[in-house]
Amino acid sequence: MSDVKNKAAMKNTDDLGDFSISSRGMTKDIIKRFLRNKTAVVGLVIIVVLAVCALFPAQISDPDYQTLHLDNAFALPSAEHILGTDELGRDMFTRIIWGCRTSLTIGLTSVAGACIVGVTIGCVAGFYSGVVDNVLMRLIDILMAVPNLLLGISVVAALGSSISNLIIAIGLGSISAFARVARSAVITVRGQEYIEAARATGAGDIRLMVKYVLPNALAPIIVQVSMGLATAILNISGLSFIGLGVPAPTPEWGSMLSTGRSYMRDYWHVITFPGIAIMLTVFAFNLFGDGLRDALDPRLKQ
Amino acid sequence: MSENLLEVKDLSIHYTVDKSVVKAVNNISFSIKKGEALGLVGETGAGKTTAALGIMRLVPSPPGKIVSGEVYYNGENLFKKSEAEMRRIRGGEISMIFQNPMTALNPVLTVGEQIAEVIQLHSEKKMSKAEALIKATEMMEMVNIEGRRHSEFPHQFSGGMRQRIVIAIALACNPHLLLADEPTTALDVTIQEQVLDLIENLRHKLGTSLLLITHDLGVVAEICDRVAVVYAGDIVESGSLEQIYNDTRHPYTIGLFGSLPDFSHKVHRLKPISGMMPDPSQLPDGCAFAPRCPHATDACRKGIIPKVEVAPGHVVKCIMAKGGV
Amino acid sequence: MIKFIIRRLLMMIPIMLGVVLLVFSMLYFSPGEPARYILGDMATEEDVELFNEENGLNDPFLVRYVNYVLDALHGDLGTSYTTKQPVLGEILERFPTTFKLTLLSTFVSVVIGITLGIISAVKQYSVWDNIVRVVAMIGVSMPNFWLGLLLILFFSVNLGVLPASGIATWQSWILPSVAIGCSSAAGIMRMTRSSMLEAIRQDYIRTARAKGQKEMVIICVHALRNAIIPVMTLVGINFSRMLGGSSISEIVFAIPGLGNLIISAINVKNAPLVQGGILFIAVVMAFCNLVIDVLYAYVDPRIRSQYVKAKSKKAVNAAVKKEGV
Repeated sequence: MSDVKNKAAMKNTDDLGDFSISSRGMTKDIIKRFLRNKTAVVGLVIIVVLAVCALFPAQISDPDYQTLHLDNAFALPSAEHILGTDELGRDMFTRIIWGCRTSLTIGLTSVAGACIVGVTIGCVAGFYSGVVDNVLMRLIDILMAVPNLLLGISVVAALGSSISNLIIAIGLGSISAFARVARSAVITVRGQEYIEAARATGAGDIRLMVKYVLPNALAPIIVQVSMGLATAILNISGLSFIGLGVPAPTPEWGSMLSTGRSYMRDYWHVITFPGIAIMLTVFAFNLFGDGLRDALDPRLKQ
Repeated sequence: MSENLLEVKDLSIHYTVDKSVVKAVNNISFSIKKGEALGLVGETGAGKTTAALGIMRLVPSPPGKIVSGEVYYNGENLFKKSEAEMRRIRGGEISMIFQNPMTALNPVLTVGEQIAEVIQLHSEKKMSKAEALIKATEMMEMVNIEGRRHSEFPHQFSGGMRQRIVIAIALACNPHLLLADEPTTALDVTIQEQVLDLIENLRHKLGTSLLLITHDLGVVAEICDRVAVVYAGDIVESGSLEQIYNDTRHPYTIGLFGSLPDFSHKVHRLKPISGMMPDPSQLPDGCAFAPRCPHATDACRKGIIPKVEVAPGHVVKCIMAKGGV
Repeated sequence: MIKFIIRRLLMMIPIMLGVVLLVFSMLYFSPGEPARYILGDMATEEDVELFNEENGLNDPFLVRYVNYVLDALHGDLGTSYTTKQPVLGEILERFPTTFKLTLLSTFVSVVIGITLGIISAVKQYSVWDNIVRVVAMIGVSMPNFWLGLLLILFFSVNLGVLPASGIATWQSWILPSVAIGCSSAAGIMRMTRSSMLEAIRQDYIRTARAKGQKEMVIICVHALRNAIIPVMTLVGINFSRMLGGSSISEIVFAIPGLGNLIISAINVKNAPLVQGGILFIAVVMAFCNLVIDVLYAYVDPRIRSQYVKAKSKKAVNAAVKKEGV
């Protein structure tokens, strides 16, 4: 037993040795480890497909997603409408593809915003510690004290439902996770010698943070982006489901479920496919995030 | 056969890690008589612990696998026993003291519960938890720990005390055979002595046979009757304490003694064995020690090296053993 | 321990003030007059003015905030615009339903999550493990209101065996608690798996095997007792998250819970009810987290011993004395 353990330990230190030698070797290593993880690759493939859908919805499906065909309402899946049509006779497949654009746009923007704000707060808090840290983290605690969904609901309720308000609502709820991840990453990096060395050469605080501390705290932040996107997509669909999300007629998965709910007793397809779309998207980001975490930190996997 | 309490024959244990096969134990054979103490000596990673786990049938699987061999205990083949029979033997007939006392005890159970567990498992008649706990406190007293501390948790004890608790667990059911895996390595030198004395005393009191696994030749000299030197998963030299210490034959054993400080001869520096133990997943053909051996010839590098009995009970696995090195 | 609890309670105060400020200001700055929503379009200017005066809506922001906080300290969370009833009363009327639903969902998630987690860990890399892991990942990725819809579609619409909405009979609780519990079960399963995997690799598991203990007991007592500690935290976090986060499922299943109340209040700009509801949930969640931390200390003896000085010894100790050991 101990023999095997020793061997594993030796292998590990070898890996770490490679790490410090060159950053290009490190990136290559991470990519290699990531590609070896089959489920993570599945996640990546789904994400790529989703991205293509979001970028070229008109090419993939019908460019017209909103004209009503009341005579053809609730058509079941067929060769003509592979996922059927909704209560207004619109092609479900087309609306799901266009909905991908809606979800991903809102998700990406809100997570990007939350990432910038959260990481800044986390970095500053972790870097300065003491009073600054205490005050900033209590602010984060306040955000964490309210359930994400309720926070989002009250923001949209207060500001009115529109895409930009939805972005704020979703983003506000994601800030705390980024702040916490960034703070703990910065704290572990902060004490290390090379930061002291950089400080000794006269680097200012901001320069230190941006050039030395942040890059080394990047890995967990990237993972959080992927996980945060998954949560954001879930919350967007949740808010839309209760009518506080994307206003009609913009296609959105959550609101498709919401309208479909009234007709589900007779037409199963109206609630099935939008839900699958949400699930698949969240699934992909979760898989990707998981795989990324394992690839970035090989020690976690052992 | 009948006088041998334990007889290990041609035991091989391999680990499969990332598609490469680590040959941890290779055709090892040894035996222990009733009441005898055998020292299994070798470097870290020589496969000593794996061999002991093999006897208990506790090699973690996967990745480990017992590839071949037989283990006879009291004349019965342990590898042919059912899992239930094996459980009765483990902890009752054969018990094991583990290397690292800091991790060998369960952190969320009290030490009393942990000693009582083995007592309850192997008691002849049905025993209540309270009765077992009372016996457990007796065991604690026996290893010089106050019995009233039975309701404390492992983290409340020092390393030496924890090791004594591990010993109490191992001896709680008066086993006939004790496998002690580096029982003192993780301890301070001062406590090492106490623990060794303890094992020694208890052994004489209870008449237990002992397999002592260690890399410390000093410890072996103190306790053991016979010694087997292990290199790369096989015994390269075995014999009585006398034979091994005073009539050393195998170049590896000689190397081991050479790397010990000797106070009778003042030497400028110790002589370590040059090179490293071969990667157990890529063992060389022939003698595993040949790459490091100062006397190696071409004949050493191929085929199976025979074991030669140079004196009654003194077996050496070296082609030059006959004439002496 | 008491000190720790008091410190935590004190720390809650500024955070709750912040929560109130956050929600209060959001609703304060929101466009649209509540009076218009409540009184309808037919109301005259005077009616609106009277409404605003009655409800103190004409006071400046800070005055209203301070008044609100002072009232809240006396348990007065204001009066609901729509029903003219005290907000706290309405909340307390709805809360038991949400609490019951959360308890049931937690039960579902713990039973499913821990069982599958253990199976997956014990049979690591087997077909079962892979299936369980993929299912868990899907579970995490599924919006629980969608799962709710699917369950209704299958069990109520197609099979007609379970009611789709309301809380009239005990059967009505089944679908909602499964819908809410499943997504939380997935997380618990993943946590149980990884923490069990770590636990069963520990040395103390080997010690337990060497005692001759049954595999079942080793997994369920030795490994699980250790592995459950981080899982418990997650169960607690999920519990408090479900208290506030299952509002959409409450709507799907037409359950008259707190989340349902808050969402319908938002739709009519019933600010006191929204503020009160969110504040209430935040306080309950904070208490839950505190309880989790205290429980945590009780499960892990290493943490407990930091708080509890040598506790009075157990009944066993008395028995030991009686026996005169």
